[in-house]
Amino acid sequence: MKNNYSIFSLIKNSLSYHEDWQQAWRDPEPKKEYDAVIVGGGGHGLATAFYLAKKHNMKNIAVVEKGWIGGGNTGRNTTIIRSNYLWDASAGLYDHALKIWENLSQELNYNVMFSQRGVMNLAHNLQDVRDLKRRTHANRLNGIDAVWLSTNEVKKFCPIINTSPDIRYPVLGGTLQRRAGTARHDAVAWGYARGADAMGVDIIQNCEVKGIKRNGDHVEGLETTKGFIKTKKIGVVAAGHSSVIANMAGIKLPLESKPLQALVSEPVKPIIDTVVMSNAVHAYVSQSDKGELVIGAGTDAYVSYTQKGSHDIVEGTLKAILELYPIFSRMKMLRQWGGIVDICPDASPIISKTNIKGLYFNCGWGTGGFKATPGSGDLFAHTIANDEPHALNAAFNLNRFVSGDLVDEHGAAAVAH
Amino acid sequence: MFIINCPFCGERDQSEFSAGGEAHIIRPKQPTELSDDEWADFLFMRKNIKGVQFERWNHAHGCRKWFNVIRDTSNDKIHAVYKMGEKPPTK
Repeated sequence: MKNNYSIFSLIKNSLSYHEDWQQAWRDPEPKKEYDAVIVGGGGHGLATAFYLAKKHNMKNIAVVEKGWIGGGNTGRNTTIIRSNYLWDASAGLYDHALKIWENLSQELNYNVMFSQRGVMNLAHNLQDVRDLKRRTHANRLNGIDAVWLSTNEVKKFCPIINTSPDIRYPVLGGTLQRRAGTARHDAVAWGYARGADAMGVDIIQNCEVKGIKRNGDHVEGLETTKGFIKTKKIGVVAAGHSSVIANMAGIKLPLESKPLQALVSEPVKPIIDTVVMSNAVHAYVSQSDKGELVIGAGTDAYVSYTQKGSHDIVEGTLKAILELYPIFSRMKMLRQWGGIVDICPDASPIISKTNIKGLYFNCGWGTGGFKATPGSGDLFAHTIANDEPHALNAAFNLNRFVSGDLVDEHGAAAVAH
Repeated sequence: MFIINCPFCGERDQSEFSAGGEAHIIRPKQPTELSDDEWADFLFMRKNIKGVQFERWNHAHGCRKWFNVIRDTSNDKIHAVYKMGEKPPTK
């Protein structure tokens, strides 16, 4: 039984100099057989396991992770959370996640530091203005909060933005979702891991999947670096490495894996209390609680599994940042990193069954998966437990690439993917 | 970030080129005969290999010609470059 985190546990543990805190999750060896195995111990995978145990009473399950939990894209993103997507299917999916975020710290008994500081998207040309206004209307029809801001209102909301009309890409206005914001990425992985572990889920780290055993049209288990694990249901949540796992099962996915970069600056005093994103110049920035500017750059245009990314991508992003925020011109960048993102042709995710019975994929989140973590886990757990998608993820099936019923969020989703 | 040896211009920085994705995907000879599954396979499904991959590149900021590259996507090392229409080198 896990002890609850509270002010009382904090006081109690301070008496023993914080040396006797209970282990947050176990480090078990894999059992011979599970009812379901989740491949990938990032936020989405751990959330899937958590909701399988909590809502679907599947407790004899495991999460296998080749590295350490939250060590992939969960720990390599800019932590932006929003739901202002254009299409109905996306709005349903991302707002479902946002609603779970709003109560997630309580649900997990773990502070994920969810901060609804608002996300502002800037328009830099007349087409941007039309697109963003259209999206604002679409959002409001779907019950998602969104407002259009004039250039003066943008300046008032975030005074450090250069709204001068004579910059290369002048700010012609913007949209604001006030319920949007950021969260602490590591805490999301740790909170879900602790919660899932408390319900009996085995989280097995340093355990790489080497093969998927199939018997005709259904799965029988997984070959891993810690031996064979028998199971009838495999949920793959492997982000950039989804295609690698798919190849093991003998299927192809409509994905391309590319490096996506982010960088943080040296820590400074509070200067920007919201998240500002710009599609046209591809720059987005927020400030962490430590004071670092968190800056998102673009993806490299070629397939690569190297967690690096090209210098010219960073250069382009920083040029745009400097034009929009001249005040940052003397800041030093502290760290830069790349994560491998799996991009779908329509920039929408796949949460789906496959042609192989018992094999499920949750992938294709591309550059924007973090925001969906709780909703993705919840809906994927539903899909695995019932062998049928939930109404909210029915549109995000793998078959849409055959039927042509795509959910095209390219450009429509408020940032370039 | 790497150097590509353009078969027409020589060694240039990768930022001069644009990536054209997986190579040797054969355009269907009889598009009207294709089933939905075959169309999906042609249009969307990709090998997305972690390891040695055959791909197309275009020297967009140079000679603007297309050619093929064999590259290891796990470390971005280029094994070979060959022209369009040529068979990939066997070694």
